[in-house]
Amino acid sequence: MQFGILVNEGPYSHQASDSAYLFARTALEKGYKVPRIFFYHDGVYNASRLATPPQDDRNVGARWSKLAADYGVDLVVCVAAAQRRGITDGVLGDNFRISGLGQLVEMGIQYDRLVTFGD
Amino acid sequence: MSDMDEMDDGSGIVKKFMFLNRKAPHGTVYALEGLEVVLITAAFDQDVSMVFTDDGVYQLLKGIDTKGIEVKDFSKTYRALDGYDIEKLYVDQASMDARGLTEDDLIVDVTVLSVDEMANLMAEQDVVISF
Repeated sequence: MQFGILVNEGPYSHQASDSAYLFARTALEKGYKVPRIFFYHDGVYNASRLATPPQDDRNVGARWSKLAADYGVDLVVCVAAAQRRGITDGVLGDNFRISGLGQLVEMGIQYDRLVTFGD
Repeated sequence: MSDMDEMDDGSGIVKKFMFLNRKAPHGTVYALEGLEVVLITAAFDQDVSMVFTDDGVYQLLKGIDTKGIEVKDFSKTYRALDGYDIEKLYVDQASMDARGLTEDDLIVDVTVLSVDEMANLMAEQDVVISF
């Protein structure tokens, strides 16, 4: 079973990104495949390495980067949504990349399930 | 005919994609950015349906004027959808009724569905993306 995951909300102000992370990590731990996670709308803010949350809280961006490093997940940030919000290659966290919406459509075509996290 | 280059993921697979539009056109960015995904999906030659429900029915309202709120008016894009071979447009009867709207209030031709019909249509889809 291959899951594609779509994250539509930014970190901290909304639970969507936390839920998406927990879903993805659990699926991977249980042996399912999550080849790619796509970040859209304010979800692109998950990719910023400029965020410095308090040390006693989770670091959402770093957590995504580690998940990608541990399991080889492709973290893709929508270029159009990113450009609107000032997310550029220069501020991307480790293992994130910027690409087009075609990468999202491909997940829908190729994977067994596409799971959306957002409002 | 589409003016966007045909795209291909190489698999030749055609899936049924439903885009569920639930939010008013302005106030949040979901309708505008959602529309971009719809157009790209059509460019991948997929079987695209759009559903407008809840406040999403306002996206198709005639006479939208965004001058006063100083945001982009993307209302015209809905009229251009058939140019992208997107012709399956559905609205939810109950959402229209609750807002005092009829098909005459909308800028494009749509099929009005009951909740049961909508549920059946949704069950037929491979991928449902909600904005």
